[in-house]
Amino acid sequence: MDFSFTDEQQMLQDSVQKFVRENYDFDTRREILAGEKGYSEDYWNLFAELGWLTVPFSEEDGGFGASAVDLMVMMEELGKGIVVEPFVATAVMAGGLVSGLGSADQKADLIAKIMSGEVQLACAISEPESRYNLASVSTSATQQGATFTLKGSKVAVLNGGCADSLLVVARTSGDQLDRDGISVFMVDASAEGVTRQSYRNIDGHTAANIRFDNVQVASDQMLGDAGQALSVLEKVIDIATVAVAAEALGALDSLLQKTVEYSKTRKQFGVPIGTFQALQHRMADMFIECQLARSIVLMAAMKLDSSASDTEKAKAVAAAKSRLGKAIIQVSQEAVQLHGGIGITEELDVAHFFKRVTAIETLFGNTDFHTRRFASL
Amino acid sequence: MNADFTADELAFQQQVRDFLENEFPADIREKIDSNVNLSKDDIIRWQKILNKQGWMAPNWPVEYGGTGWTPTQKYIFNQEMGRVGAPEPVPFGVKMVAPVLLTYGTEEQKQRFLPDILESNAWWCQGYSEPNSGSDLASLKTAAVRDGDHYVVNGTKTWNTLGQFADWIFCLVRTDSTVKKQEGISFLLIDMKSPGITVNPIYLMDGSPEVNEIVFDNVRVPVENLIGEENKGWTYAKVLLTHERTGMGRVPYTSRRIGELKTAAAARADGEGGSLLDDPIFAQKVAEVEIDLLALEYAELRTLAAVAVGKAPGPESSILKIVGTEVAQQVDELFLEVAGYDALPFVPQQFQPDFAGEPIGQGSLASASLHYLNHRKATIYGGSNEIQKNIICKAVLGL
Repeated sequence: MDFSFTDEQQMLQDSVQKFVRENYDFDTRREILAGEKGYSEDYWNLFAELGWLTVPFSEEDGGFGASAVDLMVMMEELGKGIVVEPFVATAVMAGGLVSGLGSADQKADLIAKIMSGEVQLACAISEPESRYNLASVSTSATQQGATFTLKGSKVAVLNGGCADSLLVVARTSGDQLDRDGISVFMVDASAEGVTRQSYRNIDGHTAANIRFDNVQVASDQMLGDAGQALSVLEKVIDIATVAVAAEALGALDSLLQKTVEYSKTRKQFGVPIGTFQALQHRMADMFIECQLARSIVLMAAMKLDSSASDTEKAKAVAAAKSRLGKAIIQVSQEAVQLHGGIGITEELDVAHFFKRVTAIETLFGNTDFHTRRFASL
Repeated sequence: MNADFTADELAFQQQVRDFLENEFPADIREKIDSNVNLSKDDIIRWQKILNKQGWMAPNWPVEYGGTGWTPTQKYIFNQEMGRVGAPEPVPFGVKMVAPVLLTYGTEEQKQRFLPDILESNAWWCQGYSEPNSGSDLASLKTAAVRDGDHYVVNGTKTWNTLGQFADWIFCLVRTDSTVKKQEGISFLLIDMKSPGITVNPIYLMDGSPEVNEIVFDNVRVPVENLIGEENKGWTYAKVLLTHERTGMGRVPYTSRRIGELKTAAAARADGEGGSLLDDPIFAQKVAEVEIDLLALEYAELRTLAAVAVGKAPGPESSILKIVGTEVAQQVDELFLEVAGYDALPFVPQQFQPDFAGEPIGQGSLASASLHYLNHRKATIYGGSNEIQKNIICKAVLGL
């Protein structure tokens, strides 16, 4: 039993931590968000140079090892600065689908492009009626000879506005809730019939709602075999869930730290408010939540890297996302409350950490969804 | 002991319902139902309609324009307004500075200021909090120094709501720094057009410029604008706090929100062919918050019942702000849950009255996250819930 980092993990942590500390202060983040793309292309290229874009990929695919613990280590450090570059959308989600479903040629082509930083991708998964159910797909892909016609609507496509290509989850057969019949297609974002409505999320990240009106795709743009994509999709989303969960750990720790610091410097009634025992206990409660969240996310990451069954792995992720959600609500709300009025302002960073973890609570299923998922597995 | 309304009270209730049915403007109602922000003009228009009915200032003495209602009638009025989502008048003029004027002002001051408040010809805002005086309001430092016929005011006020619309501001200012802090504060009325006043917007995390920082740089204020006596301002401000104990739980507003929540949940797909309200776990959470609201409602009624028979509000009145804001925030969280992925987009401009683009998401769910973000303020403003608990400990529990 050993929870210490390998040398590679320690180096990864050190390098991401250093980057955030030295290059990603709050003003820098604000400037990046104010730009048209909403992320820094220079930093994306830096991530590529530093090898970080290889972390989600296996060694045989040319990556760092596809370890969930590696990913967790990296994402937590990014979370301390709530870094907005679309790492999860492009490298983890799209990268994961390509790795899990792609043919040898598709993988050879796309994975290299992701790792080199030259391509932006987005996965179009959720639909207005699907909520968090990955099996609920009504976007259709109808085959005619060597082409498929895509028709449907996707929402909450992370990085959807910036993506060069979209990985679209569409149904090639079956009814809306059937587990069989779901396929994934690579679609050029500027293809005819693709309409993107781009916006920013509450956390500043870019996203889009996308309509597919009779979009023509060649059959070799399908990733993997028709109708077989769901179980890979579920696993990729579970990895992405652990990734954003780890990011939330970093963000929650930052919120706790900022709250403690503020309580030491903010004076009212002649004393720092951090001397009031009532508030001290609430900060202790925040600490407990942060530690429990850290523990359960670590459990899930370790489980994903182990030889446990698929069901055990899914259950571990569900437990982590569920428990993290409670920590997010409590820690983020307390951080704002204990900062008083300034915690609600746009100007201070606290609100931005609050908004990012609030978004993470919803991403890939909220607390209730995962609690129920855990119970049903 | 009974909670029934009398026949007269029921008739009054019907009268209020009829008024709202006929006079609450459809376009304003529409904006409120679709979560679109009201403009300054909308707010003033509605207030003038209330005033035409004579219902702008129910708490004022009749001779100054009040309604002469019993506490129960006031309660009924607030309930009916809340039921249809009709906004209460902006409180700073009619509910905050007016009672102080009525109790401590000279006749000349009353004549000068009250009619414009009643008729919504003057928009008032509040100058209390400062960057270093939040919960410890009495430590405020904005100074007013006497210079002939004027006070010269220097300092900074913050968290000033809607000051960008205001014509006048009522301020707590320091007129004596040598005494115990509460004993050196005066209540001063300042024209927002006075030279030396700068209004800087403060954006909240939902993107709205709802509050301001107001800087006073050698602002000259005529001494006629002092209310009552110098250095008695803290006492006057405390009088304000004892006014209007019922209604602090905002039960009608939260009740309406819960109704909207259930409608939204019934229409929201759960991803498995049903609706979110079909889910017994979600339905239970909604039931729990409804039950909490019912307990709060009766706490309010206890206060009302005491006041209605001439007694002082009981100790339960000190829980109303705490519980009211917490229950309202629980509803905000439930809305976030219903919204699911609709909680992610940040498109506040689509709730501006002049928005002409394509909306992202619709109605109450598209605004769920904006509302959640903005409303974190509720447990912080108006005397934070921590301060409210201090008051319970000191004033009720004797700790």
